[in-house]
Amino acid sequence: MRDSLIQFAPALPEIFVLAMVSLILVIDAAVDDGKRTIAYVLSLVTLAGAAFLTVRDFSTMPVLALGGLFIDDPLADVLKLFLYLTVAAVLVYSRDYLRERGLYKGEFFVLSLFALLGMMVMVSASHFLTLYLGLELLSLSLYAMVALQRDSSMATEAAMKYFVLGALASGMLLYGMSMVYGVTGSLALGDMAQMLSDGTDLRIPLVFGIVFIVAGVAFKLGAVPFHMWVPDVYHGAPTAMTLFIGSAPKIAAFAFAVRILGQGLESQVAEWRDMLVILAVLSMAVGNIAAIAQSNLKRMFAYSTISHMGFMLLGILAGSQSGYGSAMFYVLVYALMSLGGFGMILLLSRAGFEADQLDDFRGLNRRSPWLAFLMLLLMFSMAGIPPAVGFYAKLAVLQAVVEIGYVWLAVVAVLLSLVGAFYYLRIVKLMYFDAPHDTAPIVASPDARLIMSANGLAILALGILPQPLMAICVHAIGASF
Amino acid sequence: MISLSHYLVLGGILFAISVLGIFLNRKNVIILLMAIELMLLAVNMNFIAFSHYLGDIHGQIFVFFILTVAAAESAIGLAILVLLFRNLHTINVDDLDQLKG
Repeated sequence: MRDSLIQFAPALPEIFVLAMVSLILVIDAAVDDGKRTIAYVLSLVTLAGAAFLTVRDFSTMPVLALGGLFIDDPLADVLKLFLYLTVAAVLVYSRDYLRERGLYKGEFFVLSLFALLGMMVMVSASHFLTLYLGLELLSLSLYAMVALQRDSSMATEAAMKYFVLGALASGMLLYGMSMVYGVTGSLALGDMAQMLSDGTDLRIPLVFGIVFIVAGVAFKLGAVPFHMWVPDVYHGAPTAMTLFIGSAPKIAAFAFAVRILGQGLESQVAEWRDMLVILAVLSMAVGNIAAIAQSNLKRMFAYSTISHMGFMLLGILAGSQSGYGSAMFYVLVYALMSLGGFGMILLLSRAGFEADQLDDFRGLNRRSPWLAFLMLLLMFSMAGIPPAVGFYAKLAVLQAVVEIGYVWLAVVAVLLSLVGAFYYLRIVKLMYFDAPHDTAPIVASPDARLIMSANGLAILALGILPQPLMAICVHAIGASF
Repeated sequence: MISLSHYLVLGGILFAISVLGIFLNRKNVIILLMAIELMLLAVNMNFIAFSHYLGDIHGQIFVFFILTVAAAESAIGLAILVLLFRNLHTINVDDLDQLKG
C-alpha cells in the first residue's frame, strides 16, 4: 500500500509542468512589459523538458500510480507527446498575433500550460476523480483564455457562452458519474470494468448514467446536438485562443472518451454504441451542411470541427481495438490539420487586420504561392482527398465501422464528406482562380513560416507514408487495453 | 424512514430544476450561475446518498473536490460576468446575440 501511494515517478512530467508553471507565474510577475519573451522561452523549455521526461520514462505496459488515480501507459505517453508538440506549435504561431494585439502577457502562457496540465491529467486518468479534475483544469483555463481580450465584447460574449455550456456539460457528466458510481460502488475505472463485466441487475440506473456521461462527453467534443457553443466560441475568441481550443483539447477529449467508454464501461458497448451512432451521423450532417453557409473562416472551421468529431466518433463506436486505433490516428491528424488551418489565419493576420473572412484568401496564390500551396494541402486533407493524410484517416475509421457490420453508416459518412468537400474546395478556388482584394505584403516571422511549412509538409508526408503513425497508434492502443 | 430512492428523487428534481433554469431563463446571467451551482449540489446529494448507502467513503471525498471546483468555477464565471457588464452594459441573456450564424 505504502509503495503504491508513494509512486510519484510515473507522474513526473505532470509534476515538472506544474513546478514550471508556478515558476513562470512568479517570474512573469517580476519582469516588466519589454521582457515578456522570458515567459515565452520558459514555456517552450517546459514543453521540451516534459517531452524529455515522457520519452525517457516511456512505458511499455500500464502502470497504476498514486493509489490507482493515475495510469501511465503507452496510450497516455504517445498522446502526451502529441500534446506537447501541438501546444508548442500554438505558442509559435500565436506570438506575433498576440504581440500586435496587446495580449502578449504571462497570463496567456500560464493559462496554456495549466490547460496542458489538465489535458495531461485527463490523458493519464484511471479514476473518475482525476478525469473530472483534469477536465475542469482544462476547461477553467480555456474560459479565462477566451476572455483574455478584455476590451472585446465579442470575446467576452464567447467566453460567457462557453462558460455556461461548459459548466452544464460538466454537471451532466458528474450526474452520470454519480449514477455509475451508485451501480458499481467504485470510482476507479479498472474496478468498474471488472464489476460490470460480471453483469449487474441494476440496468436502468446504469443506462441512465451512461446517457448522461455520453451527453457530457459529446458536449466536450462538440458533437451535435451538443454543439451550440462551438461556432460562437471559435468565432468570438481571438484567433490564437481559437487555435488552442481547436487543436490540443480535441486529443484530450478523445482520450477522455476512450478512458470512460472504452475502458470503464467497456462491457456496456451495446448500450453506448447506438447513442454514438446518432451523435456521429447528426454531427457529420449538421457540421458539413452548415459550414457551406459560412462566410467567416473561423466559423466555417468550427462547423468543420463538428463534422470531424462526428467522423472520429465512428472509430470509437466500433468499440474494437482497431476502432480506437483509427480514432486515435484521426484525432492526431485532425489536430495537425486544425493547427495548420488556424495557423494560416494567424500568419495572414497583421496589426489591426484579421484574415478570418473567406474573401481574405482570394488570390493568395499570387501573393504567396508557397502559403497557398500549404493551404491547398490542408484543405485537401480536411476534405479527405489523397494524397493528403486526411484521406487515410477517413479510410481507417470507415474500415473499423465496416468491420462491425455497419456498412450503411460508412456509406452515410462517405456521402456527407462529399458534401463537405464542396466548402474546402471553394477555398482552393478562391486562392487560385480569383484576384486578390488585399495586396498588402504578408508579414510573418520566419519561425512561424518554418513551422507552417513543416506542418503542411507533414500532412503530405503522412499521407504518402501513413504506416508508421498508424503503427504507433495501434501499438499504443494494443498495449494499453 | 428515508430511503436511498428518496435522496435520488430529490437529487433528480434539483438537477432538472437547474437544467430548466439554464434553458428557460432569458433574463439574467446571474441566475444562470445560480442554476449551475444548484446542478453541482444536486450531483453532490447523489454522491453522498450513494456513498452512505454503499458504505464507501470515496463518494464523499469526491464531493469535497466538486465543492472546491465549483468555487473556482463561480469565481471565473463572475469574473467573465464583470467583463461582460463592462463591455455591453447589460447582463441580460437575450442581449448576448452578436455571434450568430
